[in-house]
Amino acid sequence: MKYSIFSLARAALSGHKNWQRTWRDASPKDHYDVVIIGGGGHGLATAWFLASEFGIKNVAVLEKGWIGSGNAGRNTTIIRSNYGLPGNTGFYELSMKLWERMEQDLNYNSMVSQRGVLNLYHSDAQRDAYARRGNTMRINGIDAELLDQAALKKMLPFLNFDHARFPVQGGLLQRRGGTARHDAVVWGYAHAASELGVDIIQNCEVTGFVRDGNSKVTGVETSRGKIGAGKVGMAVAGSSSRVAAMAGLRLPIESHVLQAFVSEAIKPLIPGVMTFGAGHFYVSQSDKGGLVFGGDIDGYNSYAQRGNLPVMEDVCEGGMALIPMIGRVRLLRQWGGIMDMSMDGSPIIDKTPVDGLYLNAGWCYGGFKATPGSGFVFAHLLARDESHKEAALFRLDRFQRGAMIDEKGQGAQPNLH
Amino acid sequence: MRITCPFCGERELSEFSYLGDAKPVRPAADAGEEAVYDYVYLRDNVAGVMAENWYHGGGCRAWLEVTRNTLTHEISAVEPAAGAGARQVAK
Repeated sequence: MKYSIFSLARAALSGHKNWQRTWRDASPKDHYDVVIIGGGGHGLATAWFLASEFGIKNVAVLEKGWIGSGNAGRNTTIIRSNYGLPGNTGFYELSMKLWERMEQDLNYNSMVSQRGVLNLYHSDAQRDAYARRGNTMRINGIDAELLDQAALKKMLPFLNFDHARFPVQGGLLQRRGGTARHDAVVWGYAHAASELGVDIIQNCEVTGFVRDGNSKVTGVETSRGKIGAGKVGMAVAGSSSRVAAMAGLRLPIESHVLQAFVSEAIKPLIPGVMTFGAGHFYVSQSDKGGLVFGGDIDGYNSYAQRGNLPVMEDVCEGGMALIPMIGRVRLLRQWGGIMDMSMDGSPIIDKTPVDGLYLNAGWCYGGFKATPGSGFVFAHLLARDESHKEAALFRLDRFQRGAMIDEKGQGAQPNLH
Repeated sequence: MRITCPFCGERELSEFSYLGDAKPVRPAADAGEEAVYDYVYLRDNVAGVMAENWYHGGGCRAWLEVTRNTLTHEISAVEPAAGAGARQVAK
């Protein structure tokens, strides 16, 4: 069905009893041209771009649970394209441009809100680093503004400007950044992909790969039977190592838990997304009024989708250092999601050494903002067997070649990225 | 998650820092690039029981080998592992 003001009015006038399903809950067929493992944002976006941009409509998305039940439902909904290194800068801007037209593309309200992303600086050296990053963005055609303390005092009078150790001196603002409604992104891609004939198959766990005599992947074994495939794409960040192991691959990835937090709802306070530059704390305010915030990963390998108290304490201390008055707000909910922490902090979108198997992994804790861009370039790779130019550096063999994309310069220690 | 240090007893997590999987062993100097790549970058990324190295920096400053389930965070054993940190970086 097509959503419009008229469909909304019709449904409202008939007491909201005649809404059709947003997307079709399909049963598996014997064979597809492309099978995508993982019904999160990235997998569904890949399927939609395959069908809409690359003309491959015989596609299935296999999801172990229900769509959006993994990290797509566990993130802090931030979108931005303020990266500094070649490889990342262009890719995240491609993704940002796709966010800007997503609702028209999908005929679905994903609540993309370009309310601005502000990275605060607290020292002269940090200002210089942010000025450099802002310049990198601007020469690549991305918006960035360096704001001084006077400008911030007008915009965010409640910040702890005179903190004795980390005074807020200013910030780098990307006005086009902001937030999007994470569940609606999943449902929107499912809606639009399903309209084009993509089969979305839930409660269908992949348990193995089917290989032919030349060890090419020709399908998957699942909890709902064998499904043949011309090509298989993995988009299962958090569990990439587990799925890849079924094909005999070891990846440069560790799985770690990242926590996120929501406070009780308060009146509008924080206009955009804000990051503390002296600790790890970032915050935005949801449309319902809750402060949505987070910080570092816990730092140890985990598949448990829950974290521990030391990081919770650290994140809240960061919040208190930046906005002392949030100490009076109560924490409402807290949860954890499992991140594919790659060895350089950047993603991997590439063919694997196994013929017929393609990999989209290693998103660390930055996968949500990449959703449309990741879907587009992964669909490009699956359809054409070559990397899109904006994803040409996200190669699996870059660690062997010494061609890492390490924004933080931390080296091969995944818990520090 | 609390870790029972064999020297200090049960202590809170923030006293410890994490090195990671105890399995990778630095290859010999003449082992070749493939072995170094494997050691530095590739991980089993175990979903289940895993032996890993933790450092009790906020206590006795000993290296420990902790056997922990990555699916549940349950710790089944903690053993002294003197020199574990050094072994990971040099042979």
